[in-house]
Amino acid sequence: MNGLDLVNWQCLYSAADVKVCLKKVHTLRYAEEVCYDNTLIIKPFSSGLEIGSSNWRISGPRRNLMYLTSSVFESDHTMDFDYRSLQGSDVILFSDCSYVHNTEYKVPCTSSASLSSDCYSDRANNAAELLSDNSESLKEMQKIGFICSCAVNSVKAGGCVLISIGRIGSSLVLLEQLSLMLDSSDLKIPIFLLSTSAEEMLAFSNVIPEWLCNQRQQKLYSGEALFSHTELLGAKKIHVFPGVDSPGLINAWQEPCIVFSPHWNLRIGPVVHLLRRWRGNEKCLLVIEHMMDTDIALLPFKPLAMKVLQCSFLSGIRLDKVQPLMEKLQPKIVLYPEDSRIRVLPDDRNLYTILYYTKNETVRIPCLRNEIEAELSKDLAIGLKPKLLKNGSMAIARVKGKINLNLGRHLLGPVPEPSRTFQHEDEKDLMDVVSVENSRIFQRRGDLPVLAEKSSRIFHNRVVHWGSMDPSMLLVALEERGINGTLVKHETSSGFSCKIHVSEPNKAVIDISGSSSVISTGDESLGALILEAVSSTLDSI
Amino acid sequence: MTIECLVLGAGQEVGKSCVVVTTGGKRIMFDCGMHMGYQDRRRYPNFSLIPGSNDFDTAITCIIITHFHLDHIGALPYFTEVLGYQGPIYMTYPTKALAPLMLEDYRKVMVDRRGEKEQFTAQQIQGCMKKVTAVDLKQTVQVDKDLEIRAYYAGHVIGAAMFYAKVGSCTVVYTGDYNMTPDRHLGAAQIDRLYVDLLITESTYANSVRESKLARERDFLTAVHKCVAGGGKVLIPIFALGRAQELCMLLDDFWERMNLKIPIYFSAGLTIQANMYYKILIGWTSQKVKDAYVTRNAFDFKNVCDFDRSQMTAPGPCVLFATPGMLSGGFSLEVFKQWAPSEMNLICLPGYCVYGTVGNKLMSKPKQIILDDKTHIDVRCQIHQLAFTAHTDSKGIMDLIKHVSPRQVVLVHGERPNMEILRERIKSELTIECHIPANHETVSVPSTQIVKVDMTKAFIKHNTSMMRRRVLDDIIEGNKTLTGLPSKVAEGIIVMEKGKRAKIVHQEELLPFLNTKEHEVHCSYCFPVYVGIQSGEVSMAKKSEGLSIERDSKGSSMQKDLDALSAERNLKAFMVEKDSRSLLERDLEALPAERNLASSSGTEVAIEIDQMSEKSEALFAERCLASLDRHPLLHLLFLKLKEWIGEVENIQELYGCIQLNSMCIHVCGNEDCPYRTEPAKEYDRALFFCCSWSWVDEKLARRVVSFMKDLDLSCD
Repeated sequence: MNGLDLVNWQCLYSAADVKVCLKKVHTLRYAEEVCYDNTLIIKPFSSGLEIGSSNWRISGPRRNLMYLTSSVFESDHTMDFDYRSLQGSDVILFSDCSYVHNTEYKVPCTSSASLSSDCYSDRANNAAELLSDNSESLKEMQKIGFICSCAVNSVKAGGCVLISIGRIGSSLVLLEQLSLMLDSSDLKIPIFLLSTSAEEMLAFSNVIPEWLCNQRQQKLYSGEALFSHTELLGAKKIHVFPGVDSPGLINAWQEPCIVFSPHWNLRIGPVVHLLRRWRGNEKCLLVIEHMMDTDIALLPFKPLAMKVLQCSFLSGIRLDKVQPLMEKLQPKIVLYPEDSRIRVLPDDRNLYTILYYTKNETVRIPCLRNEIEAELSKDLAIGLKPKLLKNGSMAIARVKGKINLNLGRHLLGPVPEPSRTFQHEDEKDLMDVVSVENSRIFQRRGDLPVLAEKSSRIFHNRVVHWGSMDPSMLLVALEERGINGTLVKHETSSGFSCKIHVSEPNKAVIDISGSSSVISTGDESLGALILEAVSSTLDSI
Repeated sequence: MTIECLVLGAGQEVGKSCVVVTTGGKRIMFDCGMHMGYQDRRRYPNFSLIPGSNDFDTAITCIIITHFHLDHIGALPYFTEVLGYQGPIYMTYPTKALAPLMLEDYRKVMVDRRGEKEQFTAQQIQGCMKKVTAVDLKQTVQVDKDLEIRAYYAGHVIGAAMFYAKVGSCTVVYTGDYNMTPDRHLGAAQIDRLYVDLLITESTYANSVRESKLARERDFLTAVHKCVAGGGKVLIPIFALGRAQELCMLLDDFWERMNLKIPIYFSAGLTIQANMYYKILIGWTSQKVKDAYVTRNAFDFKNVCDFDRSQMTAPGPCVLFATPGMLSGGFSLEVFKQWAPSEMNLICLPGYCVYGTVGNKLMSKPKQIILDDKTHIDVRCQIHQLAFTAHTDSKGIMDLIKHVSPRQVVLVHGERPNMEILRERIKSELTIECHIPANHETVSVPSTQIVKVDMTKAFIKHNTSMMRRRVLDDIIEGNKTLTGLPSKVAEGIIVMEKGKRAKIVHQEELLPFLNTKEHEVHCSYCFPVYVGIQSGEVSMAKKSEGLSIERDSKGSSMQKDLDALSAERNLKAFMVEKDSRSLLERDLEALPAERNLASSSGTEVAIEIDQMSEKSEALFAERCLASLDRHPLLHLLFLKLKEWIGEVENIQELYGCIQLNSMCIHVCGNEDCPYRTEPAKEYDRALFFCCSWSWVDEKLARRVVSFMKDLDLSCD
């Protein structure tokens, strides 16, 4: 071992650090909305994997994103995967990487391809069925049943059983089933829970009905404990100790026994001592979860005579359910991890775009909406003075108000009364902001700052005309106002251009081109009439 | 749109809480309670008053129950099982767990002990509860596309919740019963600042402020201790859930501390079972109780045991919790008959007793209670009334209203005189409209109304980024009072198109959005101003001042200079098209009149453009400055105009022209200027000024023109 390896042994954080860190955590309940910075609304939904595990929806003003983690459709301990609430998400960030470890659920490419065309309609119909079938949870129960029977066989043969499973929910169910099976086999075998957090975990799991699956919630309504371990503790069938050196353990200890003592790679805690004690006994049984490298985990305990049962619990969405799920959720964009590309076959009929993400790389997600959904107060809406446009299909109006941003929603409401008197000053202030801002730019460019103020003023107060001027319409409009003009047309290289000469009641010329009209007259009242006529033939605001 | 609030129960009274709120095509029934003081049909709300009551499933969108007390849930099985409502019902997890116990207890009391005809069966209670959807606190439940509800912690009893409902833009909060101060086992009510349209609040203690909880607890313990120490029996008639657990915790704790061995009894197995529920639901209690659950669940009572009927007449002191509360009948009344005649004994009445119950009669400490013709009970025992209700007092109600900030308030669940006093306080102190409808009355309240629109990014960005900048500036300057911020006025243009959602765009976006281009409307006028010198002299004067240095070598004349000037302008216009984003050009664009002038120039200009376009931007800027030197007479005009107009208007001399708002004035040497209406030769001693302006400034421009026409620039 060289010095580099020692680095791994340094203390990363202390218990105090954990405490301080958790104090900073803001806890939410399922479907509780929390607003961050008045813009993002964050909402968790049950994912079904473990007690409290969640998928998260993050909604911004223009799109919402669903962070979809490892999810289990039906569980026998924790609340089910609440996928119905995920509908209507624009973007799904698919982050369920359980398939990496779960080779048994790999969908062969051929079968997926054959599904693609003929079975499509069938599949759509079956999607809901497939998602809600309970075969998964039955299979999980079978696994638990198998573990129980192996354990009972071992203790019947006089061996001890060491169970080192980190999954809390599954451990609790296993504990329940195991004691049932021991009872039915009429065996008086003690079960020990050796862990520093076991006591708290057992107490906690019985006071959280809101987080558990339906069957367990039913237990609440009939006044039963949520998990049977409360009863088992009372009947002294299970014994809880923080560690092997705990006082009282020696007195309660009796072999054969069943011990729950989790550690993810069998290196720390009571599990080490018990493995040393039982490794040579071929009657004993070790139950561990499927891990990356079992050989390395078991290396310090070799030679190993005791039996090893390796099990893997369902820890995510089965690959064959991914597509039906997406069909149900109807997102616009789905992001899959790059290494899933070979496993999740993108369907070319899919209604959503598929993007892939990789470690340390930013994926740009295309914008789905240009506008922000917002609200306009009725008070303002009533005060609008809409003007029908010349094309007749649209009406426009100027609108003035105050934008309130509350819980991620923009509301344009009336300007509050008290500030109305200050409105002018206000605007002036803001104008200063603009001009200061602009002048900074100007100063950088070494130009004249005076102009900046000028531009902002025009920018704010400009009345805009648009559309193309029809000279004959203008002539009619002039006539209505008692003005007679003669039209002179010119064809220029840049398009049409024409002039209307007016001699009565006074001299005036109207110069019309594609994008502008210039009125020239020395007569003020005539000028005003012509302006009115010009304005009436154009759209303006 | 309005919010219609029909009060079916608890209007100016306490009992059978039931408020039906209709808004935006949705109808929500808040609570479905029964009145404990009546035995006839008045005990239930009059459901036939609900519009469309022949089909409740379509008439009512959902029912929301705030907590498990019978005056809030008692009529629910009747409504769902007898009247046949099948729609959704929402309540919190504890309420769903505990409500059947309350209902079943009540049913038993009615049928088994009082011998009444049963209103609903045990199966019907089960059937009713199956229809209930349990919700967690703060969980935002989407009842349907348009209706959203959310529960908030209310204190009062375990699982009690205030409910927020939102239909479109209409928002309502119905409080149910709540407590603003934490008690021994529950926390205080908590709700967000929701700014709702309507707040429907209870007002049981509309006109009283309660003294500290500690003092009341001490009084209770002293009274109980005194009684049992003297060998007496203590009867606490109480409902199975809620107050029972709180008082039990109090006594259990006291017994531990005082090392008392006198038995505390719970009547019937029911309450022991109830404690089991409390143990599971400890997450809904106060933080203090919650934190201790690992070591000892606070509802594991050490000194409490079951009571056997035979012990009723047994000698010796004891404390007995007996159901039902208020001594409205059943076992507690039976025990009362036995114990009331002895002066050693004590009856503790915790909380409110509805009119018509024995408990209510006892409050006036009578010598005798007449139950019916045959039963007269002598009351010699002590009576201790506990002000232990879990309702908020008037200060709490005011605090809640202030916090939620509703537009209007409806008071229910209280007594009329006190409610009237509170209503006046709400109106005067909070300036919020307040109603106290009686039963069967409807209150209509206007709602905030909004129209859904789209806003473009630019519109929001332009109108909020500055707001943020201001906030930032204020923070930098140490002025953190955000309320004092001047509000930013947002300006935009709303575009409405048939069949589409209206869209608010920023002014600058409008034309691209409409897929059209601006049509500029300008006025131009070229006219002479008396200058008193020959036009030749003008050009001499100009030359001597060295205007247009570069041009001099080519043999300058005023005409040429002016041509050059227009060429520059044309170039500017060209540059504008080339890169409209550049801010420099943008500002030049602000002189649109010049552009028009330039476009009317001759072929020379075109050549100029070709030459110029090859040159660098730097050179362009340099030449701009060189050729845009001041014209002496223009400057004179500028001074005169400035003097005439005063400081108010924004007048500036720039680039060889005078700028006044959109109006631009410059010297015109073009004899064929299209904007001249009068022939040139009449004005030998005059200099032509060409003016152009945007039509917006028409009035101002005309004033300037007439001023200039009367001007004599030769005087200096």
